[in-house]
Amino acid sequence: MVAVTTTATEDVLRRPSVFRRLMRRKGAVVGLCVVSIFVVIAILAPWLAPYDPIATNFLQVRKPPSAQHWMGTDEIGRDLMSRLIYGARASLQAGVISVMIAVCFGVPLGLLSGYCKGWVDSLMMRIVDAFLACPFLILAIAMAAFLGPSLTNAMIAIGLTAMPIFVRLVRGQVLAVTVEDYVEAARALGNPHVRIAVRHVLPNIVAPVLVHSTLAIAQATLAEAALSFLGLGQQPPEPSWGSMLNVARQFISQAPWMSWWPGLAIATVVLAFNLLGDGLRDALDPKET
Amino acid sequence: MLTFIVRRILISIPTIVFVSIVVFGLQLLLPGDPALALAGEERDPQLIAELRRLYNLDQPIWRQYLIWVGNVLQGNLGESIRLKMPVGDLVAAKLPVTMQLASMAILIAVCVGIPMGIVSAVKKETYLDYGANVVALSGISVPSFWLGIMMIMLFSVHLGWLPASGFVKPSESLSQNLKTMIMPAFVLSSVTTAIFMRHTRSAMLAVLRSDYVRTARAKGLREPRVVFRHALRNAIIPVVTLGAIQLGELMSGAVLTEQIFTIPGFGKLIVDAVFNRDYAVVQGVVLCTATGFIFLNLCADLIYFMVNPRMRG
Repeated sequence: MVAVTTTATEDVLRRPSVFRRLMRRKGAVVGLCVVSIFVVIAILAPWLAPYDPIATNFLQVRKPPSAQHWMGTDEIGRDLMSRLIYGARASLQAGVISVMIAVCFGVPLGLLSGYCKGWVDSLMMRIVDAFLACPFLILAIAMAAFLGPSLTNAMIAIGLTAMPIFVRLVRGQVLAVTVEDYVEAARALGNPHVRIAVRHVLPNIVAPVLVHSTLAIAQATLAEAALSFLGLGQQPPEPSWGSMLNVARQFISQAPWMSWWPGLAIATVVLAFNLLGDGLRDALDPKET
Repeated sequence: MLTFIVRRILISIPTIVFVSIVVFGLQLLLPGDPALALAGEERDPQLIAELRRLYNLDQPIWRQYLIWVGNVLQGNLGESIRLKMPVGDLVAAKLPVTMQLASMAILIAVCVGIPMGIVSAVKKETYLDYGANVVALSGISVPSFWLGIMMIMLFSVHLGWLPASGFVKPSESLSQNLKTMIMPAFVLSSVTTAIFMRHTRSAMLAVLRSDYVRTARAKGLREPRVVFRHALRNAIIPVVTLGAIQLGELMSGAVLTEQIFTIPGFGKLIVDAVFNRDYAVVQGVVLCTATGFIFLNLCADLIYFMVNPRMRG
């Protein structure tokens, strides 16, 4: 028994760090690099964009990609590359902020539900079931519709719609963690409930929340693009990839390049977050070495 | 069996009650006075007073909810402000179109996703596996509305094989109906195909490692028989139940597909309602979709119960 325990402890000590395990996965490395590149592009947008993204030029309407405009121009002569670079801000901002909203509300509610159990848990789970019964996009559209079309409201709608999954996830993790010996020990030492929940339970459920957050950013980015595509997200003339596609579909035959770039950008960012999320899940999995 | 069904239905009831609260609560998100929002730009005081009376906005909130639920239980989902039609009739008229689209999409997903998952698992860590994984990952990453635009560009604008938009009822011309629906169905199925592929692959990998598959191989059975008769029959159980849930997701995905291909279905109804501030229609569509989703979840559980002998035991 002693030998087994010693070997297990040695295994744990010998296990490489999460970051190293993440770096061993090619997909995750590619995902991390692509996400980092887009983050840098979004931050440095004013310096990287060759033109003003909302400046119109009626002498350059619907021009195909050229040396002057690398990605071409849109229906009112705006430079597509500049709009794409600035659009990265809206898309990444929406993806990250809406997931932050979901985490900020979902994690405490899940913690409360799993820790209190009893009627609080039952009531909260029925509410979560009700939210999960409404398909994600339809609920987000309905919320965005009632709140009014804007990027901020789209982020709120996506965040609130994504929140129930976090509540459910955290609650499940809390139920599993609260029966562990170290939580029992903390309780036996007379720690108050809030301290046990925040200091002992919460740090041990961070890993699955982190993995799901990464995957949720991918979903939120897609949802923002979908809402903007429908006209419920970023409002013109401000650029966002979804709204650029909305305009582009009216010029499919005359200016096909207008729809190439924003769609490619959305697909690349979403794919990168999915790869990163999958890699994180494997790296944080205790069964993986 | 009967006890399981009854218990499962009883569990669904509180969920439906909370769904109705969520749907009713949506109108609380309207900034300011809902009557003012509904009255539009002109803000005619007579119209505002009429709207307050019509939607019981002068009543306390709990009473408003009870009146609304009472009406819903009697099949009255309200009236569309723009179309001057009962929301129930509108939903009933648009639902078959979306159901056809979703059914075609799920058929494509089953026919493509499941075989891809099987091949991927059987040929693990080969180029076929990597290729299938790339297709699956692209399926969940590429936005359906972009895929739709790209397909219109290729099949309608360049090749001229399929119409770019529009809808023909199957009763008018089945061939024309299929011609207008095949491209949207393919676009809508992209995510579900990827999900089916990934689930089939992981279920097959787990089953192919199990003892009874090893025994079947040890008995000298040929590989196709081991894969299809022994492994697939067990691996397919979770995928079958997933299918019922995915049908609900497809109803949601149809919102975008119908918008791109101008198909007059459920999705187009909600988007048009959103822009016309036709809130009763928005609430009606969300309520119907959510109820349908709960029903499909119930079906998924029942199918799982029926196809899994261990559950019946």
